[in-house]
Amino acid sequence: MYFIFEIKEGLLIAFRAIRANKMRSVLTTLGIVIGIVSVTLMATAIEGVNRAFEKSASAFGSKVLYIQKFPWVSGEDWWKYRNRKDLKVEFADYVTRQATLVDAVAPAVSTVKDARYGSRSVLNAWITGTTHAYQEASGTTIQEGRFFSQEESDGGRPVCGIGANVAEKLFPSVDPIGQTIKVGGYPYRVLTVFEKQGGLFGAFTSDNRIYVPIKSFMTQFGSHRDVTLNVRVAKNADIEDAKEELRGIMRKVRQLKPAQEDDFNINEQDLLTRVFGAITGIIAGVGFFITGLSLFVGGIGIMNIMYVSVTERTKEIGVRKAIGARRRTILFQFLVEAAIICLIGGIIGLMISYPLSLIADQVLPTAMPLSVVFIALLVSLLVGVVSGFLPAYRAAKMDPVDALRYE
Amino acid sequence: MNNSVVINLQQIKKFYDMGGAEEVHALCGVSLQIHKNEYVAIMGPSGSGKSTLMNIIGCLDTPTSGLYEFNGVNVSEMNDNQLAKVRNKEIGFVFQTFNLLARSNALHNVELPLIYGGVSSSDRKRLAREALEQVGLGDRQNHKPNELSGGQRQRVAIARALVNKPSILLADEPTGNLDSKTGDEIMILFEELHRLGNTIILVTHEEYIAEHAHRIIRIRDGVVESDENVTNRKIINATVS
Ligand SMILES: Nc1ncnc2c1ncn2[C@@H]1O[C@H](COP(=O)(O)OP(=O)(O)OP(=O)(O)O)[C@@H](O)[C@H]1O
Ligand SMILES: [Mg+2]
Repeated sequence: MYFIFEIKEGLLIAFRAIRANKMRSVLTTLGIVIGIVSVTLMATAIEGVNRAFEKSASAFGSKVLYIQKFPWVSGEDWWKYRNRKDLKVEFADYVTRQATLVDAVAPAVSTVKDARYGSRSVLNAWITGTTHAYQEASGTTIQEGRFFSQEESDGGRPVCGIGANVAEKLFPSVDPIGQTIKVGGYPYRVLTVFEKQGGLFGAFTSDNRIYVPIKSFMTQFGSHRDVTLNVRVAKNADIEDAKEELRGIMRKVRQLKPAQEDDFNINEQDLLTRVFGAITGIIAGVGFFITGLSLFVGGIGIMNIMYVSVTERTKEIGVRKAIGARRRTILFQFLVEAAIICLIGGIIGLMISYPLSLIADQVLPTAMPLSVVFIALLVSLLVGVVSGFLPAYRAAKMDPVDALRYE
Repeated sequence: MNNSVVINLQQIKKFYDMGGAEEVHALCGVSLQIHKNEYVAIMGPSGSGKSTLMNIIGCLDTPTSGLYEFNGVNVSEMNDNQLAKVRNKEIGFVFQTFNLLARSNALHNVELPLIYGGVSSSDRKRLAREALEQVGLGDRQNHKPNELSGGQRQRVAIARALVNKPSILLADEPTGNLDSKTGDEIMILFEELHRLGNTIILVTHEEYIAEHAHRIIRIRDGVVESDENVTNRKIINATVS
């Protein structure tokens, strides 16, 4: 009960004091405002980068494994991987036959060629040769049409599926399905348009790609190529189990002795996510440290002004003590004042950084998370309490008679 | 007259260490007792130690040595919270310079001791209004100190001192900043408060003001020079106001 009075009285005094020193309060608040703006924008930017990454990483599919010569992420010597033997197309059939925990396996080879339709062209488009199993193995979604069938694939028919960006560029006004385009000079009939994936990894998504049967790819664009096996893990299989099984199969294919290490890598989206998480973690750490410094400086400003406030009101403190205010009451009064100044700073800061985050949204798919809003308010409250503590403590431990005598 | 002792001072000393060998002896062993419902005036030349004594009695200051019992409780053994409670509930202090909170209106100033005493909001407003009415300021509740005359400010301060119904009212030169007419009005108020049963200690320079009291304690150089009851006590008629 007593505590509620103290809070009410503390708030009342704080608002009176702030109103009595409007200009000073505004200037003091500025430090906190700047601090909160920079910290929240930092948080929003990191959130944006994370979201962009998540969205992009999902293009790789969460249950898709990529058996490749190179690991996606490695600190080690590139030459070691370079010298590994290439993976072969036939491995796909072998894996399909042997593996029990996978739904689909599709080999994929890629190169860069120009694609043309009439007078329109896409220079340096990514061309991927693969099989009918690709669509299921990669989990790409079809926007229009159908993917090529096993017969078309096995027969090396001149048919293709195109990514959303390729479709946009070659067919701004015509329905692409059924049209014939030239890929590296060879005619291909468009069967499929894939849904747009977007994201940061443009080259790896389907957006800028043209998919053709691997058989025709090999004859037209060369057959000595490193193959990637796209593997779709079965719905109810554990991804780690599947990896272990694939590893065993691959070691058998490569005829590795038990002591030899793998000469292939099984990559997955999760790997990228982890590495990315580590990188953004460092960026966030450094970023929050730097922006936190501005908040710290703001806190020092608050401490300074609270000292001034306590000194100015020494007499008032004496009067309050003379009529029965306890130490705790006085301490609380000044803490509340500091906290409110900071909280106001925090609110103003959010009112500035929120519109800015909307502008940032044009560049990154971001929005200020609600948690950031709460944390920002909590932090400003905390800054107030921490930086207000020493001045408030000084006020609280004043001797009533000394305080009253102060001129 | 009820004879219970409210204030019991034994050999109270207060020295101020001024650094080095210098030491100011503000009080050099004051012993006195004040009973319930007494009306005591403390007199003495400037610098004799009156304010120092009042501050010690009001628990605003602590003596260098000596025993101070308030209602039979040893004050020097109290911790800070207990002292705050005594200041809040048992002592009403009236200052020469009023010491009102400039940003608060009269009502809130009077409410303040009730707030610190933990009185509920509705009782608080009622008690504060009653106290203001008692000092004749029922119609000035919402005035800030700078909208009141000196005499009115001192009345607000007296209402604030009274509002918690303290055991004793301490007033250190309450009329010192007022002209003599306004001062007289304040003295009439004290007279009346005494009649209503309050115990009062009042510091003054003016002989004629002291003559309102029952007892005059004269202090010189930090010691009690004389302590006697007033024989032909002047009584101002309270109806003058
Ligand atoms: N904080 C202090 N430090 C040093 N000396 C002090 C302090 N307070 C009071 N004194 C000294 O103690 C003595 C008594 O002071 P006090 O204020 O009690 O006098 P007083 O009787 O109230 O005088 P006046 O009538 O002028 O108000 C004075 O000599 C004064 O200088
Ligand atoms: Mg004095």
